[in-house]
Amino acid sequence: MPFQRSRAERAFDWLNVTVLTVVGLLALYPFVYVVLLSFSTAADVARGGLLVLPRNFSLSSYDMVFHDPWFLLGFGNSLVRTVLGVAATLLMTSLAAYPLSRPNLPWRRQIVFYILFTMLFSGGLVPKYLLLKNLGLIDNRLVLVLPLMLTAFNIIILKNFFQQIPPSYEEAAKIDGASDFAILFRIFLPLSKPALATIALWTAVIHWNAWFDAMIFITSNEKQVVQIFLQRIVIENSVKDMQFGTPNFNEQLYTPDALKAAVTVITVLPILAVYPFVQRYFVKGIQLGGVKE
Amino acid sequence: MTPAPSLSPRHLTARAPTRTFRQRHGGLFLLLAPALVYFAVFHYAPMVGLILAFKKFISAEGIFGSAWVGLDNFRELFTNPQFRAALGNTFVISALRLVFGFFAPIVLALMLNELRVLWFKKAVQTVTYIPYLLSWVILGGIFLLMFSTTGPINQAIAQFSGSPVSFLSNDFWFLFLLIVTGVWHSVGYGAVIYLAAIAGISPELYEASTVDGANRWHQVRHITLPSLAPTIVVLLILNLGHIMNAGFDQIYNLYNPVVYGVSDIVDTYALRLLMQLEFGLSTATDLIKSVIGLGLLVAANAIARRATNGEQGIF
Repeated sequence: MPFQRSRAERAFDWLNVTVLTVVGLLALYPFVYVVLLSFSTAADVARGGLLVLPRNFSLSSYDMVFHDPWFLLGFGNSLVRTVLGVAATLLMTSLAAYPLSRPNLPWRRQIVFYILFTMLFSGGLVPKYLLLKNLGLIDNRLVLVLPLMLTAFNIIILKNFFQQIPPSYEEAAKIDGASDFAILFRIFLPLSKPALATIALWTAVIHWNAWFDAMIFITSNEKQVVQIFLQRIVIENSVKDMQFGTPNFNEQLYTPDALKAAVTVITVLPILAVYPFVQRYFVKGIQLGGVKE
Repeated sequence: MTPAPSLSPRHLTARAPTRTFRQRHGGLFLLLAPALVYFAVFHYAPMVGLILAFKKFISAEGIFGSAWVGLDNFRELFTNPQFRAALGNTFVISALRLVFGFFAPIVLALMLNELRVLWFKKAVQTVTYIPYLLSWVILGGIFLLMFSTTGPINQAIAQFSGSPVSFLSNDFWFLFLLIVTGVWHSVGYGAVIYLAAIAGISPELYEASTVDGANRWHQVRHITLPSLAPTIVVLLILNLGHIMNAGFDQIYNLYNPVVYGVSDIVDTYALRLLMQLEFGLSTATDLIKSVIGLGLLVAANAIARRATNGEQGIF
């Protein structure tokens, strides 16, 4: 129970709260600013001087974005890759983690090393590109899903979780004649929902945010993801290929910051929607995987 | 007295039929097979392609047909001032990120830990944590808008000094921007990790200390920090092992040719080589990076093991 705090301690408390409030506001401001820009007119932004609230509230930028077929298509492509990616990762990770969690697996240590080594060393970008080209995956939607299906990290998390499940479950199932496949899917997976949720959420965030693979390996706009359209507009300042719903859209015009802000906000929204779940499962994830693997 | 007959003479003992390796372990390996294939295809096969670092790649001849040039690519790289600058920048930027970014989450976690008002604590945690969930395409975009010469940051600066700071074309200020935004991006995430570690400290230690008359500062100095020490040491060493990764995503989305001199790192340099179709040089660059990185990680792991008496390591 809180006991009498000395004056020095209460002074510290106030200082702490003050500093953290400032830190919090500073951390929040970039979001405030970009939302502010997104609800402003291009003219207002050009005038400058906007700090927290829009001078004239306007939905014109959002209007333009929602009328752009390319941006919306990109959004859809990102959703598809995220869903497929999460499904593939959950399946593949489960298949890999279960055998590795059985202590009687022959060559278990060697196999774990085989997997962990990939975290330490890689072949680099050029060999990867040539490999994907030879597999016919360049400009193929699967190139956004397959290479990311498994990570050593996820396998370790799930493996550790499986190892916590009492052996009696497996033994009872084996006595009933269950196959390893059945044990995994009927017993272990239903018991592993927290770990699976953690992996699913992290994988979803990774897929939604992934831009580099799409940039290098996807060449046609129909399959391109929202992050790349965003990157073109916001980082490269280029709206070539975009239409933004107005027949007279002039791509020669300097891209208004208000528009950049609107596309940014829209791309952030799915992450914010998922955030409460991430927060719930993240600490569990750390405890499962261990900060010290 | 005749010896008792054996209680289970072999010829009468029931025995489970011998199962073959396949029967005992086949199911497990069947489950494991897709993963093994995945790593072989997507991780180990490209490693074979590393030989490109020793070749002059001609697309028509493929990886194995292209001419072998031995260490020429490496000679070319190490005599190239741009590559040397990129290598140097990688170390400098990583060091800066370490110095400014490593301790911030610890401090934040300690401060958050002292809060009594739960909603405020969660609010600050949330606000500082969200940036970590966003890509650098998103964050880069936001910061390019915020730190432009007519943006709010410069407006605030103009109040004080009158002249805007060119964050995106000044070497020093660009590094400043990188570090500040980098800390902003990861401090919340780091703090959550440390808070989880702090939550694992036995409350009895704190209770016993208050009986002995300790105030909160004593508690931090003598309980919290020493308990966190192993975690901190391991993370610090892990960070050192990852020095070759200076933040490609962030730098690629924020930098521009004007500031290549200070912000070009090994990864961005390798990418530009790839774009120029210099496949051999690009692979050589990546190989240099991977080898140094592996060496550092192995060393880091050995040090971490020594420092924590064999308890903690990456592997």
